Amino acid sequence: MQRSSRARKQPLHAHHKSQTDLSAWRKGGTIDSEKSLQSHQSANDQKYDSQEESLEQALSYFEKVQDCVALKKQSVPQKHLDAVESTALKQGLPPEGFEILLNIVLSGKFADTVNTRLLKSLIPASVIPEDSVVKAVSWLCVSKCSGNIKLLFLKWLITMFDYIDHKEQLHALYGIFFSFLQDERLCPCICHLLYLLTRKEHVNPFRIRRLLELQARMGMQSYLQALLSLYKLFCPEQVTITLPGKMKTYFKNSDGPWKAAITAVRQRNQGPSSLSQTLFLGTAQPRSRKRKWNAQLVIPASSANTNNLEDDREKCFYLYSTNESFPLEQLHTFPQLLQNIHRLEFPSQMGSVLTNPLLLHYMNCVKDESIYLRLYYWMGQMLQEECTWCMVDNPYEEEFKSFLETVYKAECFLQEGFSACEEFLYKTLPLWDGFCCRSEVLRLLSWIPLSSFSDIKSYLYDPLAQLFFTSSIYFKCSVLESLKELLQNWLNCNAIQVDLESSSLNTTLSGLVNGVAELVRFVGWISTVGLRLENNSMLLLYFILDFYEIVCDMYLKYNLPLLIMLPAGIFYPALLSMDSVNLNQLCYIMYRYRTNLVAAKENELCKKKMLQFKFSDQTYQVYNQYIIAMVGCLWTSSAFQKDIHPQGLHMDDELLSKTAVKELRNSFNIVYHPAMMGYSIQFLQQICPDDTTFNFKLIKGKKWNWYLEYLYTQGLKGLKVFIESSISRVSQASCNKAGNAEA
Amino acid sequence: SSNGSGGPRRLSRALPFGRSHGRLGVSSSGRLIVPAPSSQEKADPQKTAFLLRKAWTLYSVTPLYRFRRGRLRDYARLLGAFIAAEKQKGLAVEVGVELDIKVALSSLADLRGSELDQDALLVQLSSRSQASSKNSEDKVVWSGWFCSVFGDDLSENVPEHFTCLPLFLTHGAESYTSLVGSWFQKTFDCCFRRLAISPLNLSWMVAMWAGCKLDRAASAVELVFSVPRLAQPLDISYAIHPEDAKALWDTVQKTPGEITQEEVDVFMDCLYAHFHRHFKIHLSAAKLVKVSTGIASAQCDGIVKILHSQYLPGVLMLLTELAISQIQ
Repeated sequence: MQRSSRARKQPLHAHHKSQTDLSAWRKGGTIDSEKSLQSHQSANDQKYDSQEESLEQALSYFEKVQDCVALKKQSVPQKHLDAVESTALKQGLPPEGFEILLNIVLSGKFADTVNTRLLKSLIPASVIPEDSVVKAVSWLCVSKCSGNIKLLFLKWLITMFDYIDHKEQLHALYGIFFSFLQDERLCPCICHLLYLLTRKEHVNPFRIRRLLELQARMGMQSYLQALLSLYKLFCPEQVTITLPGKMKTYFKNSDGPWKAAITAVRQRNQGPSSLSQTLFLGTAQPRSRKRKWNAQLVIPASSANTNNLEDDREKCFYLYSTNESFPLEQLHTFPQLLQNIHRLEFPSQMGSVLTNPLLLHYMNCVKDESIYLRLYYWMGQMLQEECTWCMVDNPYEEEFKSFLETVYKAECFLQEGFSACEEFLYKTLPLWDGFCCRSEVLRLLSWIPLSSFSDIKSYLYDPLAQLFFTSSIYFKCSVLESLKELLQNWLNCNAIQVDLESSSLNTTLSGLVNGVAELVRFVGWISTVGLRLENNSMLLLYFILDFYEIVCDMYLKYNLPLLIMLPAGIFYPALLSMDSVNLNQLCYIMYRYRTNLVAAKENELCKKKMLQFKFSDQTYQVYNQYIIAMVGCLWTSSAFQKDIHPQGLHMDDELLSKTAVKELRNSFNIVYHPAMMGYSIQFLQQICPDDTTFNFKLIKGKKWNWYLEYLYTQGLKGLKVFIESSISRVSQASCNKAGNAEA
Repeated sequence: SSNGSGGPRRLSRALPFGRSHGRLGVSSSGRLIVPAPSSQEKADPQKTAFLLRKAWTLYSVTPLYRFRRGRLRDYARLLGAFIAAEKQKGLAVEVGVELDIKVALSSLADLRGSELDQDALLVQLSSRSQASSKNSEDKVVWSGWFCSVFGDDLSENVPEHFTCLPLFLTHGAESYTSLVGSWFQKTFDCCFRRLAISPLNLSWMVAMWAGCKLDRAASAVELVFSVPRLAQPLDISYAIHPEDAKALWDTVQKTPGEITQEEVDVFMDCLYAHFHRHFKIHLSAAKLVKVSTGIASAQCDGIVKILHSQYLPGVLMLLTELAISQIQ
């Protein structure tokens, strides 16, 4: 109802929203990822609520268990164990659960079957606190649990190594782990764990000797060799033995039962957009499905350009680079970006910037052709290779959708379209069914740059018109929405350029004006035809008028010397529309046209510095014709007589009388207009609650003014500004007729 | 030092050259045939002999970013370590130690067309023989090469730091292609795509190659069609004596030195009409999936075999052109 009254968008505001969204989308920020995790889960929250409760109960039970307990069916511990297991497999366990459960498992209070089941359920939802692992190691030292449990625990630790939040204390326990090597059964796992933990300072002659002794005792074991070769790598002078150069698998696959469960939990927690999430954290997992190696729609994780590190340093590729470049893996916050902006390098694969807002910021600062070219090639190949409607039997539509979505978000962030994307659209629109990835493709349309390139008609408008005319009304509305965004983006980009370089204005301005004019005419044409095809659908009209809300304000809001009136094929259906929203919007649009035209005329007269130009007289003429028709309809009840537009409402009295409709003349004024009838009835009910005859004639004189006030309070602000600006009222006191158009 | 006398010089002129590409890669219908550059005639057939008579799988590659010719040895070392690491599935691998797959990168100086073309780049993976005797030769298990022959359409528009070698050909296990390709993608920020050859381009190839005269007795010109929408797959092979094919082409081609789409269409239509007269089958309704001639053979899924060293540059020129149109 109140469309015209809502805050008008200022230039550039259009996309600020998504921009802030993106910058909130901090790289690797745990808060944000948790937040989005929550939002993904919201649907499942209720389901999980009860589960969380039972998990809490289970944890507090396990925390308090004192003595050895035997497990029986239907018993209390059995119930809690089930709760832990089911939660772990569905959502993973919260960090605080690990200490409690590891305590239970390694203290030997339960039988091994229970311990095994608990260990197998230790799936982290996010991270594993280091403290819980350190305490577990101390339990390991007191040997309360069986050898099997020890072994399983070590395997668990190896699999979960990357999920432990810190590792400093674990590194400090290196000697403890090393001492476990004497246990022959644990030896392979301990070697693997040490392999993960070893740093240069851990290598010393004693340990080397110990390993060599073990090797002498146990023979050439691959796990010992692995550790020795690592020691040799760190301290080649201390490890003098020759190790076979031939590589083979050092450690048996010890992923155990956990890997699949972790993946499942992660996927579930991250929800449908797991692609962007994982990318975002820079830990893109290889896709589980087998894909062609060269065509994975995985946006590479951003990592430093190792290819350049060695040889470009002396070249000082970036002029003020210090000798050390800042590793991209460590770039997480905006302040970091600001502090290190002079020593950043783009990632080895440019595609990774798409999901990294910080790098997108950086890209905005560094104007280097090669950046765009690398992105262009990569994106162009990705789009073509994965395009679901060009490639036969491409089963990865969801992935492609989310890729298009990522590209669109990046474009919004940069406030700029990618040329690879533009070419992709031009190439594939003629082949598009208008169905596959509809909303994603249509959104991408809005970032096609305005260029001097004159073939936009044959590449964009022609295929789009074909789809428009042959598709559903919803498709038509979406197309109009996209074209509105496109127009807005063009105008915004131009507004910036005008500010920046007013000198080169003349060269770009005519191109811009022509491009915009062509777009507006195109939309006018498809809208007119579309309205006829859809029987003047209110919904479609709503989207059309939304587009013209920008068009009518281009002169004042965007400094563009261009005003194009809406075609009669849109104006009259809107004027005679059955619903007040569209009528109100039309009033608002006509009011803005008036304001713009008046401003243009004034500038013309006083030859102000405003861009020198002159709207054609025809624009004023059409405007005046519309205003006469509108005022005639809504106010003076004389539309059938006064309308002079060739496609207008003018009709002979003779013909009108044949219709035998009573009160014909005022049938479109603000009381009788089909769109307004609801208001006038309600108004009558309010002023004469006892009268059920609906005597509309009562609305005149003073009541006419009350009626107007009533309409304004109902949110018809467009009508208000229109009446106040375009109808001069003879006398404020009594006037239900006279009134004429200005301008 | 081209072998053969009289004929070759004229024939080497009959090599196709790139069609001009529109903004969207829409090609015009005619191919200009330009005189072969002198470098081509100097080419030593011995050096490129190993490229012949092997089935190569085609890829297009976007320009390599910051590729340095002078660092081939380093690249070989890094690629070797990468391959070893991938095979170890994430375990640390020491760079520079002896690995079971040896990597060699080298330039192939003779494979280029215009001044703007870069030297071709050869990548070879060889496995050390298990016997580990010093003098036994390493066995090449996979090879691939990047090249550009008259790739000016691409290379003239590309700024410094980019190396255009748009055509990549591989021979060997797909798993190695994937490893090598991944490493190049990561290191030089480039993209690989399989280069399929459309039936239209296959018909161009057969027309162009049928018109070339060979010194020695050539094998038959063969076209393989696959018939769509059948319960059982059905391929139709259509073999023509090379001299008949050449005679037909000579009657079709109007201007020596230039081939037009129209001429190719007429050539194919004649072949179709002949086949229809005998077998009452309209081949034009089937899909052309493979062509082979004495010069080269090509399949629609992007596998080619080049048979004749004299025409190596010509075939590569055409393939470079196809690769570029897939990139741009």
